[in-house]
Amino acid sequence: MKLNELTIKEAEDGLRSKKFSSVELTIACLEQIKKYNKELNVFITITEKEALYAAKKADKQLNNGTIEQWNNSPLLGIPIALKDLFSTKGIKTTAASKVLRDYIPPYDATVVKKLKDAGAVIIGKTNHDAWGHGGSGENSDFGQTKNPWNQEYVPGGSSSGSGASVAADMCLAATGTDTGGSSRLPAAFCNVVGFKPTYGRVSRYGIISMASSLDSIGHLTKTVEDSALILNITAGQDVHDATTSNEKFQDYAKNLKNGVRGIKIARPKEYFTQGLDIQIKRLTEDALKKYEMLGAEIIDVSLPHTEYANPCYYIIQPAEVSSNLAKYDGIRYGFPRENFGDEAKRRIMLGTYILSAGYYDTYYKKAMQVRTLIKQDFDKAFEKVDAIITPVSPTPPWKLGEKINDPLKMYLSDIFTVTANLAGIPGLSVPMGFVNELPVGMQILGPQFSEGLLFQIGHAYEQISEWYKRKPKL
Amino acid sequence: MKMDKFKPIIGLEVHVELKTKAKMFCGCSADYFGKKPNTHTCPVCLGLPGALPVPNKKAIEWCIMIGLALNCKINNFSKFDRKNYFYPDLPRGYQISQYEEPFCKNGYVILNETDDIKKRVRIRRVHMEEDTAKLMHQFGIQNKIQNDEGYSLIDFNRSGVPLVEIVTEPDFEDALDVVEYLKKLQQIVRYLGVSDADMEKGNMRLEPNISLLELKTQNSKLKTELPKYKVEVKNINSFRFVEKAIEYEIKRQGEILNGGKTPVQETRGWDEDKQKTISQRVKEEAWDYRYFPEPDIPPIRLSESQISNLKSQMPELPDTKLARFIKEYGLSNNHSEVLTRDKKMADFFEEAVKIGKKHKLSAKQIANHVINKKINLDVVLAADVISWIIEELNFSDIEDEILGKTIRIVLEKNQKAVADYKSGKVQVIGFLLGKVKQQFPKADVNQIRTTLEKHLK
Repeated sequence: MKLNELTIKEAEDGLRSKKFSSVELTIACLEQIKKYNKELNVFITITEKEALYAAKKADKQLNNGTIEQWNNSPLLGIPIALKDLFSTKGIKTTAASKVLRDYIPPYDATVVKKLKDAGAVIIGKTNHDAWGHGGSGENSDFGQTKNPWNQEYVPGGSSSGSGASVAADMCLAATGTDTGGSSRLPAAFCNVVGFKPTYGRVSRYGIISMASSLDSIGHLTKTVEDSALILNITAGQDVHDATTSNEKFQDYAKNLKNGVRGIKIARPKEYFTQGLDIQIKRLTEDALKKYEMLGAEIIDVSLPHTEYANPCYYIIQPAEVSSNLAKYDGIRYGFPRENFGDEAKRRIMLGTYILSAGYYDTYYKKAMQVRTLIKQDFDKAFEKVDAIITPVSPTPPWKLGEKINDPLKMYLSDIFTVTANLAGIPGLSVPMGFVNELPVGMQILGPQFSEGLLFQIGHAYEQISEWYKRKPKL
Repeated sequence: MKMDKFKPIIGLEVHVELKTKAKMFCGCSADYFGKKPNTHTCPVCLGLPGALPVPNKKAIEWCIMIGLALNCKINNFSKFDRKNYFYPDLPRGYQISQYEEPFCKNGYVILNETDDIKKRVRIRRVHMEEDTAKLMHQFGIQNKIQNDEGYSLIDFNRSGVPLVEIVTEPDFEDALDVVEYLKKLQQIVRYLGVSDADMEKGNMRLEPNISLLELKTQNSKLKTELPKYKVEVKNINSFRFVEKAIEYEIKRQGEILNGGKTPVQETRGWDEDKQKTISQRVKEEAWDYRYFPEPDIPPIRLSESQISNLKSQMPELPDTKLARFIKEYGLSNNHSEVLTRDKKMADFFEEAVKIGKKHKLSAKQIANHVINKKINLDVVLAADVISWIIEELNFSDIEDEILGKTIRIVLEKNQKAVADYKSGKVQVIGFLLGKVKQQFPKADVNQIRTTLEKHLK
């Protein structure tokens, strides 16, 4: 097995038992990037020099360090990619938009700082839909990322490069943002694990805002365990983000192997009806059967306001987007507003309209009220069950270009994922199998701050399904 | 011209800059005046991508204190909103302000038009927001070279400095009441110690809105009906200019109305050189600010106990102090007013009274001395004043120590005279002697002269 194919857990063991060095591991990743980045278009910036420097530094610590130091630097020497929405001090951060094509932040996002402090080696900045707007990766101003499983297909978005980079073993993990499914969808379409935390669990400071009340800071990994390990680093209250929570947490990997016996898992009927691909439906039912086999109790529930989630999301989100993008007014950052792509312009116009005097009550206020109802649907369900399982996307990955001229069709790919953002609850996307040789995923949703339980449930299925062992043929 | 058929309707918006250590939403120093441009900045107040605002607790507390001092009701649930508009001094493309749920609303201030007639001005709301950056146009124009389009510079040191906006109902009828209200407001924020309220530094910015009501309308219809237009005069930084701007507007609008027309709803500015207001923006072109709740800052909930705790931290306010001085010390309304105008003066007086008690001096004696002698609070101690009064009463030789100290203060304040004396103009000693003697009107001149000469050597 090549070093770049390792999981974080495996690489940690190897580094600490000195089977290989961080420099070797980092070079393996860089070589994979060099080999395939041209065709897959995964990275906007490759930080080779900085990565090798960090790897050398990590090796020094690995050679001289004590166990205590290792425990303080749980990701010591591990190559990680960052979505290009994460501000990196001294390294270009473009938001995949031409508006910021030359922007170099003078500061690190809190999450970036935490990852660096934990010893992670930042290997590059991944491509995505500009500003996080999209479900396919096709809205990047720097060209679309291709699905490593089949280059004619979309890798899912908006964290398209992060999904593809992990699937193609260009790094061991990648960060993502998730405003309406942007970490979970590309994870599902690339056969990797995608995670969205509870709103307020992970700091948003320094990550270029899309829609502030929905933005969640997640990551994409090869396994569920790795996902828990990253959250151990990124979670926590941040003095720079007033919306972060002071809720305490333990090691998220602690209960990983506890199994699902006696756990109540809901199957919400609204996610299994119209528009759901028949094969995805079958795979989700299969997964639920496996859980039943493992001792979980499957319970049918109803989340009655689900049908309003997408319309509600496409009111609140563009409204906040229009305000968040106002700062790119052409006076600073070097490039005028003509540099915005079509999708950003569409959302700016929609959002500006939604917030204008006379329409605010009809649209924004109403949508916020519906949002409360959607949240209450979940609250009620979680009185009866521990978690909810649904497909991540109603369809398998589609062909590049297939929906690009039909924004409404594109927006429908978010239909199962936006609910978690509206309700502020965590979600974990876990590989669930293949439809016509293309990966699809299921998502596990839980109450606020139930991340540990989600990892526990996800891990149980992952260990018997072993989809993560399948790799794309590049 | 018949002006008496119109009744001026005047409301006021005042922005007060708080003197908190840090800015409103970041840790940068809020002390921007005279500092090198763009040195008090960070990702937050520069509005850089990804940066988030975290509200300054102290600023919120001070805003609430202002509200309490203006007899407002404090909201148990408040939130910040985004006010969206484009301007180069606004780095995020929106200002964080409060729209629907301000911290304070429905207060009032009592003005004393005369000793007997009091006027109540209603306060509509007191809310918290942030200042903008400062645009500097002069450099670009001065340095403009041929074929260059010219440019302006932006100083972000002021960006994000806490601002409290205080909005009245349209309860004023003339400029004098407005100025009295402004002086009162300035006095209150200074008493609270939350702002220097220095007009020249822009700590306090004034925006009157003025319209005229035709009195016949007033009689035939409900009294609450307001004119159909309103003229705002923006960003005035002097009480005197506010007075002039209001008087000018009353005259201008009266002339238009007399001509059978209605003044245009618009925003105007005061031009001190031309002594008139100038149209800046017609209201029809006004921006739609697209207010919505600021998603980066959770709503703020205040319990009654938190509010009463803030109340207990507030100093005694001018009106209460004035009433107490009259009652407790038996002072005249006029003397009490002079002594309470400034908190420092009031504190000085009360300290002197405390010391004076030991020497059986009355508060009235002390008040007379402090007011008549125009004591300089920066150099004189309350104890000195008491010593002076005692000397004055005793007719006897002055104690060397107090005389010496008094001379040192006089010399310190009249350094030019000292220099003149030392350069040979010895006759200047008469002037200095007079200054010292003011403090000891009944003392022996020779004793003072001898000691003074010693000090001048």
